[in-house]
Amino acid sequence: MGALKQYIDFYRTNSAEIDANSAPALNALRQKALEALDGKELPHKGEENYEVTDVDALFAPDYGINVNRRPLDVDIAEAFRCDVPNMSTWLYVAVGDIYRSSRTAGLNMPASVIVGSLREAAIAHPEIVAKYYGKYASLDDAHVALNSLLAQDGLLVYVPSGVVLERPVQLVNIMNAAAKIMAFRRILVVVEDGAQARLLVCDHTQKVDEDCLASQVVEIYVGADATFDYYDIEETGVHTHRVSSLFVHQEAGSNVLVDGITLMNGTSRNDYRIDFCGEHAETRLLGMAISNGDQHIDNHTFIAHNAAACTSNELFKYVLDDNAQGAFSGKILVAPDCPKTEAYQSNRNICASPTAKMHTKPQLEIYTDDVKCGHGATVGQLDQEALFYMRTRGIPYDDARTMLMQAFMSDVIDAVRLDNLRDRLHHLVEKRFDGSLALCRDCGNACHNNSLNNKNNNK
Amino acid sequence: MLVVNDLHASVEGKEILKGVNLSVNPGEVHAIMGPNGSGKSTLSAVLTGNPAYTVTGGSVEFCGKDLLSLSPENRAHEGIFLSFQYPVEIPGVSMVNFMRAALNAKRKYHGLDPLTASDFLKLMREKRAVVQLDNKLASRSVNEGFSGGEKKRNEIFQMAMLEPKLSILDETDSGLDIDALRIVAGGVNQLRSENNATIVITHYQRLLDYIKPDFVHVLYKGRIVKTGGPDLALILEDKGYDWIKEEIDNQQA
Amino acid sequence: MNQDNEKQNEKIIDGAVNSDYKYGFVTDIDTHVIPKGLNEDVVRYISNAKGEPEWLLNFRLKAFRKWQTMKMPHWAHLDVPDIDFQDISYYAAPSVKKGPKSMDEVDPELRKTFDKLGISLEEQMRLSGMAVDAVMDSVSVKTTYRDKLAELGVIFCSIGQAVHDYPDLVKRYLGHAVPYSDNFFAALNSAVFSDGSFVYIPKGVRCPMELSTYFRINAAGTGQFERTLIVADDDAYVSYLEGCTAPMRDSNQLHAAIVEIIVEDRAEVKYSTVQNWYPGDKNGKGGIYNFVTKRGLCRGDFSKLSWTQVETGSALTWKYPSCVLSGDNSVGEFYSVALTNNYQQADTGTKMIHIGKNSRSTIVSKGISAGHSQNSYRGMVKVLSKATNCRNYTQCDSLLLTSTSGAHTFPIIDVQNESSVVEHEATTSKIDEDKLFYCNQRGISTEDAIGLIVNGYAKEVMSKLPMEFAVEAQKLLSVQLSGSVG
Repeated sequence: MGALKQYIDFYRTNSAEIDANSAPALNALRQKALEALDGKELPHKGEENYEVTDVDALFAPDYGINVNRRPLDVDIAEAFRCDVPNMSTWLYVAVGDIYRSSRTAGLNMPASVIVGSLREAAIAHPEIVAKYYGKYASLDDAHVALNSLLAQDGLLVYVPSGVVLERPVQLVNIMNAAAKIMAFRRILVVVEDGAQARLLVCDHTQKVDEDCLASQVVEIYVGADATFDYYDIEETGVHTHRVSSLFVHQEAGSNVLVDGITLMNGTSRNDYRIDFCGEHAETRLLGMAISNGDQHIDNHTFIAHNAAACTSNELFKYVLDDNAQGAFSGKILVAPDCPKTEAYQSNRNICASPTAKMHTKPQLEIYTDDVKCGHGATVGQLDQEALFYMRTRGIPYDDARTMLMQAFMSDVIDAVRLDNLRDRLHHLVEKRFDGSLALCRDCGNACHNNSLNNKNNNK
Repeated sequence: MLVVNDLHASVEGKEILKGVNLSVNPGEVHAIMGPNGSGKSTLSAVLTGNPAYTVTGGSVEFCGKDLLSLSPENRAHEGIFLSFQYPVEIPGVSMVNFMRAALNAKRKYHGLDPLTASDFLKLMREKRAVVQLDNKLASRSVNEGFSGGEKKRNEIFQMAMLEPKLSILDETDSGLDIDALRIVAGGVNQLRSENNATIVITHYQRLLDYIKPDFVHVLYKGRIVKTGGPDLALILEDKGYDWIKEEIDNQQA
Repeated sequence: MNQDNEKQNEKIIDGAVNSDYKYGFVTDIDTHVIPKGLNEDVVRYISNAKGEPEWLLNFRLKAFRKWQTMKMPHWAHLDVPDIDFQDISYYAAPSVKKGPKSMDEVDPELRKTFDKLGISLEEQMRLSGMAVDAVMDSVSVKTTYRDKLAELGVIFCSIGQAVHDYPDLVKRYLGHAVPYSDNFFAALNSAVFSDGSFVYIPKGVRCPMELSTYFRINAAGTGQFERTLIVADDDAYVSYLEGCTAPMRDSNQLHAAIVEIIVEDRAEVKYSTVQNWYPGDKNGKGGIYNFVTKRGLCRGDFSKLSWTQVETGSALTWKYPSCVLSGDNSVGEFYSVALTNNYQQADTGTKMIHIGKNSRSTIVSKGISAGHSQNSYRGMVKVLSKATNCRNYTQCDSLLLTSTSGAHTFPIIDVQNESSVVEHEATTSKIDEDKLFYCNQRGISTEDAIGLIVNGYAKEVMSKLPMEFAVEAQKLLSVQLSGSVG
């Protein structure tokens, strides 16, 4: 049964301790998860939708699991290096999978809103957590089941009907990779009818000595006419790997933006699943990856139009250099009797080196005729004409290349609905391209010499 | 300033330029005319270093330097400017960022500090006036969504910003209505001085009514086959290119 | 548009897309059918009946043994009922003793059949100057123009005959583009293939006429397993056409063909298909199960292979004409129109495998779904790391005519170097109501307007067909679409 076995064995031996350090509403799911895992394996490379990514292999090493919730040593100041200038957020920090609040957490937050440790919330408000936890993430997915089996804590963002959260909530995930460890992370977001909220999640790695792995399951419920933005910025290290499964359930008239940005990572596999369950809902699903070295980024999306008159618009862009491997697979499903559906999916990629590889699989499956659907995928290179035009104006080759790569990413960044974050992202991407992301304060990233542009291939 | 000597060049293995000779001195305006496919645009591409073209023979000296050994950007820094026949749209790159990168790269090449933001914006404003370029255009992405006329004006605006020694105008008149043509030509004339030179590449004589050439060259089958004064352009306008073609083809036969 | 109008329109569309299959007659001629079932003896029987050499029998047996270890593929977007492979007869031959020498010798019933198909062999010979090989129930019954072609060194005959007359050529190329182990249906075909066409164009020869094969399934309870092998040697050119029809029967019939094409240096092959196997009735009863493996090996530098297909028939279509572009500067093309109606299911597309440098490919696919049909495009464009400067462009559109039909697009793009450019664009929409209204306002009925719009939509592909075929294909689309025309 591949890599799963060690985790199931681990659960069987440690279930009492796992339960004791979690909460009943979370423990309630474990038995079902265990049953769901019966006879299953984690996906292997080559299976459908896993053409280039071996999830099983990612879970195969013998990682440490912090089952008795020992606080890990981490410099909290480290978290602030990804502070977005001029943007005040309600900040929460997770070290591994231990969640804690910062000094800004909950400050001036409406009283009816609950943001914080999922475990604590499950004890204080069991009815809320029990109502939503595990309801959207499908246990049919072996990774989700594994996460549900072992996750002990997480972040809860609960915004009741009609409440508008003015400031974004920010979660900073820190992996302290001084040892070979893994984290089972969980995020549950409930934005009830007419409410509005935004969540910004930033992944960082503090030390880079060892491989580490994050398993993450995100469940998002967005009620009727509610609005929710989710930004996920991965800026870890080349030894930090991640498997993430995100599920969005949208009621009628809701409006959701999901943006997954991979600036720096080891191997990442992100699944995004959006379900439209009421009419006139809208989703913007965005993604971006800048990869070099031996980085590996695989995004899989599934948007199910199960209700009429919904709109989805999906855009993923990759720049791949060196030996980077990129993959995108996406499906738009329009169920029967869902007229007035509009769905567009686009995946644009640039391979910037002879050994970079891209695998893309955009899919449409449509069972209703009154639709406007399309998809496009390209794998190519920078516009050579534009490059020459810029050089004739005196812009050096490397600078012109950087400018074009940044420009290539600009429509993904421009879709961000938080002004300060958008500016910050433009800046981060610029730094990523010119190689100076490594100069971040205290940064543990091994992105020295990782510029996508310090080659002397002056063609 | 520019000395082109027996220049041969090919694209995709096909020889287009078959021995071009040309000398341009400061203060001069040269017109290069010729029928379609004679190699006019190839000449401009080779002078600016377009990687799609291969130089197979000859030399080009620019202000005492071997031009062909320089990268496209260094040629620009040395003072060569090409107004493209079809300016490229570059979505996502704003005109301001683009121009600042270009100008500061040139300054760096010449050992100068970058312009401050306010000086740069002042310069932009000043030079925009040369071709009456709208401020809105200057804040958009490079050439994106510009009309044909706006693109050509934008080319001349960039020329004004970069103050080249040698400007090559490649079919700058194509696709322009008479008003736009007047504005563009007016811009070019404003920028003319004793110290710089211009090569006007055109199929028609029309543009030469506005930008008066000192010399007119006819390029045919990859060679300059005739050189004369401004009257040559008028004769070409009147009689077309057939008589030259005949003359040359007969000579060769 | 108000509701009444909408309903009326739906009715008209219903009417327009419902028409009867006009090729559904059965020809009453003697057929020799062997008992149902498949085992090694059947394979040996077929080989023996055709008087085949040892090596070919061994090829068949290897394929059969491989097939026994394989499972029927289920990855396609098709709802395939269980097929009992032992309930099919694997060999049916019209009882014509030997290949006829002239038209007079051809069984009159058989000739009538081809007349009904609109391909009177004599007419074809006289008028269009097209060489025709007619294959009925897996056996080639007549090849025209053979002598004339022979003068140029062009070989065009049934594959059975080629095995006897040109064993070395067949042996050299058979199974090269489609190995017997390629897939379940390819293995089955390799074991039991009965006949088909063989074409060899020698070095430097441009075949002066279109070569054409008409395939007809006639006998009941049989499967058809023909095999076509086309070889274009250096600098050769050939345009090849394939047409297919079958009688209307309540039960489903299996068709599992192989087409192999080898294209050498600077050679060019155009392969056009108008596939009109019986699609089943309005309720989805009967119809051909069409599982076809078509692949071309562009192994020569500057070689070119162009697939054009108009698919209107079959209850089930599983078909991906592909190009392996291993020659430098080789070119692959795929142009397809697939129209599905009633309960038809089609899963069709192409693979372009770029192995040679500077190889280029173009894919244009137009799907039209009506009735309760399901129509899928499935494609793969793969650029290997050493295949530098490759270029692919794919345009893939789907048109939905009814709310109960489905249109699906499943492309895969895999690029392993920086200098290649691959583009895929796809759209799915219903027929444009503004266009319909515009036609209505000009006095064109909705039924005719749909025909016009669909033909316009498919034009880019139809224009790639040779003239004779284009006309037929256009008619076919109209027949499928318009009750009044059919």
